[in-house]
Amino acid sequence: MTASENFRTLSRRDLRLDLEELYAEYVACLDEERFEEWPEFFTDDAIYRIIPRENFEHGLPIATLHCESKGYLQDRVVAIRQTSVYAPRYMRRLVSNIRILGWQDDQLEVRANYAAFETLRDELTRVFSVGRCHDTLVDVGGSLKFKEKLVIFDSELIPNSLIYPL
Amino acid sequence: MVVRHQWPKEGISRIPYWIYTDPEVYAREQERIFCGRSWAYVALEAEIPTAGDFKRTIVGDKPVVVVRDEAGGLNVVENRCAHRGVQFCQTHLGHATEFMCPYHQWTYNLRGDLIGVPFRRGIKQQGGMPADFALKHHGLRKLQVVTRHGVVFASFADEVEPLEDYLGLDMLKLFDRVFDGREVEVLGYSRQLIPANWKLMFENIKDPYHASLLHVFLVTFGLFRADNPSKVQVDKTGRHGALISWRGEQQRTADNAEMKSLLEHFTLRDPSMLQPVREFPEYTVVMMTLWPNLIIQQQSNTLAMRQLVTKGPESFELAWTFFGYKGEPDDLRHRRIRQANLMGPAGFVSLDDSEVIKFSQEGLRQYPEGTGVMEMGGRDWQESESHMVTEGAIRSFYDYYRRVMEL
Repeated sequence: MTASENFRTLSRRDLRLDLEELYAEYVACLDEERFEEWPEFFTDDAIYRIIPRENFEHGLPIATLHCESKGYLQDRVVAIRQTSVYAPRYMRRLVSNIRILGWQDDQLEVRANYAAFETLRDELTRVFSVGRCHDTLVDVGGSLKFKEKLVIFDSELIPNSLIYPL
Repeated sequence: MVVRHQWPKEGISRIPYWIYTDPEVYAREQERIFCGRSWAYVALEAEIPTAGDFKRTIVGDKPVVVVRDEAGGLNVVENRCAHRGVQFCQTHLGHATEFMCPYHQWTYNLRGDLIGVPFRRGIKQQGGMPADFALKHHGLRKLQVVTRHGVVFASFADEVEPLEDYLGLDMLKLFDRVFDGREVEVLGYSRQLIPANWKLMFENIKDPYHASLLHVFLVTFGLFRADNPSKVQVDKTGRHGALISWRGEQQRTADNAEMKSLLEHFTLRDPSMLQPVREFPEYTVVMMTLWPNLIIQQQSNTLAMRQLVTKGPESFELAWTFFGYKGEPDDLRHRRIRQANLMGPAGFVSLDDSEVIKFSQEGLRQYPEGTGVMEMGGRDWQESESHMVTEGAIRSFYDYYRRVMEL
C-alpha cells in the first residue's frame, strides 16, 4: 500500500483530524515567525498566491504575492529576514471552517476561511485581512503538502503593506 | 480660508512639515489641485470597452463614475444623486443602461442627464414637483473628459488646457512610449491604504536618490541604481516628472561602493521571478509622476497605473491597475505576473516605500514647524538632469505646488 492510498483510505473523520493538525501547525509556524520552516509545508513545484477577491472573481492573473515554486517561497523568507525594510509587527492567524471537498485523483481539495490580525507598535490590534483559502494537497512521502494554496482576501484595502505570509 | 503657516524663507530647498498634516492645507489642495485646472487620471478605456460599461472611481477625494454612453463617448459624472446626494453607484466596475438612485429612484441616462423623477406630477392631483421643475437643470454634475491612447483623464475645471499641452512634449513622448496605440489589457488590481499624506508618495517616485539606498532588490539586481546611466526629466511647469534609467550589472564598482544595499553575492533561489526581457526602446525603467494623481510605472516588464486617492491629510489609497497589451505572447504575460512581485503592497521594492512613507508621517506629524532639507543636486531645478543624485524633481513639484496653492 502506497502512502497516498493510505490517506485516501482514511475515514473522513480521521482525514479531518489530520487536516486540523496540519493547518494548526502551518499557522503556528507563521505566527511564531519560524519562516524558514514555512516553505516545507509546500511541494517543490507549489503554487502559492495571495489574490484580491476582485482579481479572482474577474479571472485577472495578477496576484498581490505570486509564487510558483518552493524557491519563490524561500526568496520571500530571505526578503523578510534580510532585504525588506518594515516596521516591527505581530501577526496572528485564525484558520477555520476547514471543508474537505474530496479527492481528484491523488489531490485533495480543501477550503478554509481565515482571519489575520496585525499588531503594530503603539497601535491597537486590527483585522489585517479576511478571506478564504483554496488549497490542493498531495501526499509527499507520507505527509500532506500544499501543491497549491490560493489565499483570496475579501479586504478591499490592504492596510499599508503585506510583509508576512498568510 | 486662512493658512496659518509661512513657507520657509529658503524656498523650495525646504519643505515645511505642516503641509503634510494641516486640514486647511488639505482643503485648499482639494479645491485648487484636484478640483482645479488639472487632468486627473480616472480609468483605462480597456476597463469600460462597450456602451453602458462604467467604473466607479475617485478624483482627489470626490467620488465619480466613468461611463461609456450609447454613442461610445466617455462621460465622467459625480457619483452623487442631484436630489439628496446619495452615492448611487456602488460597484467598482459594471454595466448599466441607466443609473437609478435607489432612494427616490431619480434616473439618469449614461451621459448623466436626469430623465425621470417618480411622482413628479404628484398622485391624485396632490403633491409632486413644482410646475416649473425642469429635469434639464438637475442632471449629475459632469466633468471635462479627455482620452489619449486608451487612458482617460477628467477635470472638475470648466477650462483646462489640451492634454498634450498639459503634459508637455517630453512627458508626452514618455507617455506614448507605453501607450503607443496598442490595445491595453487590464491584468489585475491592488489597493492599499497608506497612512501618510499623498504628497509623500509623489516625492518618493520623484526621488531617485533613495532608490539606490533603500531598495536592496533594485540595487542588487541593477534595476534602478545611481551608477546606471539615468535621467530625471520634468516638464516646464515643474509639476510632472519622470525618472528614467538603464539596467546595470550586479557588481561592485567604485561608483556604487557607498551602496550598502548592493549585495554582490545575493541570488534568488528561483531566478525566474526576475528575468526581464527588453520590451521598450532605449530605457529599461521610466517612472512618471503626472500631476495631480497618477504614477505610470514601467519597470522592466511590469506596467501599472498607480492612482492616488486622498483620504484626509494623513491617509491615501494607492490604487494599482496592472496592465499588459492585448494579444501579447504568453511568455511576456508570464513575466509581468512574476515581476509584479516587485510591486504593490507586498512588492519586494514597493513595500519598502509604503513602510518608509508611514515612518515619515509618524516622524513629522508632531513637528509642524520642522522642515525637510531638499538640497541634493542643488537648491533649484532644471527640466533635465542626467544623473540620479538629485532631488530636483521634488523641488520642481513644490515650485509649482506653491504657485497653485499660493503658499
